[in-house]
Amino acid sequence: MLSFYGRKVDSRLLMGTSMYPSPDILQKAVRASRAQIVTVSLRRESASRQSGQGFWKLIRELDVHILPNTAGCKSVREAVTTAQMARELFETPWIKLEVIANDDTLQPDLFGLVEAARILAADGFEVFPYTTEDLGAAERLLEAGCKVLMPWGAPIGSARGLNNPYALKTLRAWFPDIPLVVDAGIGAPSHAAKALEMGCDAVLLNTAIAKAADPVKMARAFAGAIEAGRQAFEAGVLEPRDMASPSTPVAGTPFFRLD
Amino acid sequence: MNDKPLNITVRGTGIVGVWQALVLATRGHQVTLVSKTSEPFKEASSWIAGAMLAPFCETESAEPVIRRLGLSSLPLWQQAFPHVVQNGTLVVASSRDQSELQRFGRQTEEYEAIDAVKLQEIEPDLADRFRSGLFFPREAHLQPHWALTHILQKAMEAGVQTQFGHPERPEGSDYIIDCRGMAARDELPDLRGVRGEMVILRTNEVTLSRPIRLLHPRFPLYMVPWPENYFMIGATVIESDDQGPVSVRSGLELLGSAYAIHPAFGEAEIVRMSANLRPSFPDNIPKIIVRNNTLYVNGLYRHGFLTSPALAHLVADYLQAGTIDEEVFVVEH
Repeated sequence: MLSFYGRKVDSRLLMGTSMYPSPDILQKAVRASRAQIVTVSLRRESASRQSGQGFWKLIRELDVHILPNTAGCKSVREAVTTAQMARELFETPWIKLEVIANDDTLQPDLFGLVEAARILAADGFEVFPYTTEDLGAAERLLEAGCKVLMPWGAPIGSARGLNNPYALKTLRAWFPDIPLVVDAGIGAPSHAAKALEMGCDAVLLNTAIAKAADPVKMARAFAGAIEAGRQAFEAGVLEPRDMASPSTPVAGTPFFRLD
Repeated sequence: MNDKPLNITVRGTGIVGVWQALVLATRGHQVTLVSKTSEPFKEASSWIAGAMLAPFCETESAEPVIRRLGLSSLPLWQQAFPHVVQNGTLVVASSRDQSELQRFGRQTEEYEAIDAVKLQEIEPDLADRFRSGLFFPREAHLQPHWALTHILQKAMEAGVQTQFGHPERPEGSDYIIDCRGMAARDELPDLRGVRGEMVILRTNEVTLSRPIRLLHPRFPLYMVPWPENYFMIGATVIESDDQGPVSVRSGLELLGSAYAIHPAFGEAEIVRMSANLRPSFPDNIPKIIVRNNTLYVNGLYRHGFLTSPALAHLVADYLQAGTIDEEVFVVEH
């Protein structure tokens, strides 16, 4: 069973909570997907003033693990402060660490990420780093104390799927025992299925469900695709071949037409 | 339930309260409008609203009931307020966010996809800025301060008594219509605030005839032209109960989108920046909650101007005939 920092989960879908038409639809979508982890942004909902309470109460009602995130933080210091506020507010050592390099692509700042991860891990946090598919950065993050990796599929909100499957396979091969969560860029259930088929452990996504015309139905669609992808991985997916390989024996079948 | 005139107290002088007072007085009831502030509107979130009557655009993220209430409110606005401008809404996106325009189009209806030629014709100042857009011709907008003042005045002409700066719970009414928005939170535990921030600019270098919605994957914002060269830019949607001043981040987003709509806004005056809370229930749908002889009309979220007239008539119908609109009424026992 999949576990993050010792906490076991049945579902391989982690859901974001922003941009839903209403908290009510968010709740229904989470329930429909049976996701057990949701991520919550603190930066915008100003944790310092304890001001998002109405919304957080609704999130807590879901009775799922809350993974606070540092979305929007652009410096190590900002990310560390936000993480500390999150720990206090949600009473969890978990933090999805984002240190953003570029406002436009929301690409992670790998240098800042490693530094912030080191500070937070030393302070007792259980860090879920939002990173790229870069192998060197992944090694540094593990060295810094992370026990989960969250490489992007594609830039946040771009719905492009897996831009670099080769690199994700490399990460899988190098770190067979580290939970690998594809975070960001997933647009369609087939993208999520693909990630799971390749052996990634889970996916985290937000926009693809929140901005669908029917978020609840889309949540269910993702749950199904993720389940299918995982089962396919466990069952063993065939490698592509260059030549046709008929499943019925060819020998003995006549090569001339009978009629 | 009968046609007998009732003695009704309406609490709260935001857009909900003034509409309730007007409609109930017009239907022959004795109405007293009370507000804890001595100046009406002062703390109302509707004072800083965008005041767009956009039932079709809102369908992008709102439930169908919002469109229904919005469509029945539109003619009510036009009857009650002479300055409703029905020039439609124009939805645009920068060339790199064209997929947002497609998504918006898929989730809405009653629009015309327009090209650069048509754009030049209807909104010439934006012709160099955008190559395409979605035009929703039936939508309207108004100036919220004028509208609030006008509806209050009409209500008073219809016989509504006012008691402003009157904090006490009124005694001796047959019914209390509680339209206090966030101030009713102690009595409505499901109510939460959704923070909104807006900016008012003034410039005579740009002319717009209708609200412009600028789509963006993260910060969709709109601009509403007001009379006398004012432009209102709104509004952030933040899950927060914080009523404090506009943050730098939000200010940058709002001003940045003004600049993206037209660079001439770079030279505009910043007249005001304001923040307030939208009273909202978990489904972001307005409710009429009947509790003994109090009716709470609340949770209008970002649809105060859009749905207030229809909700006022629903309350009046309930008091008169006991009719209940299943999608908005909650009758407690």
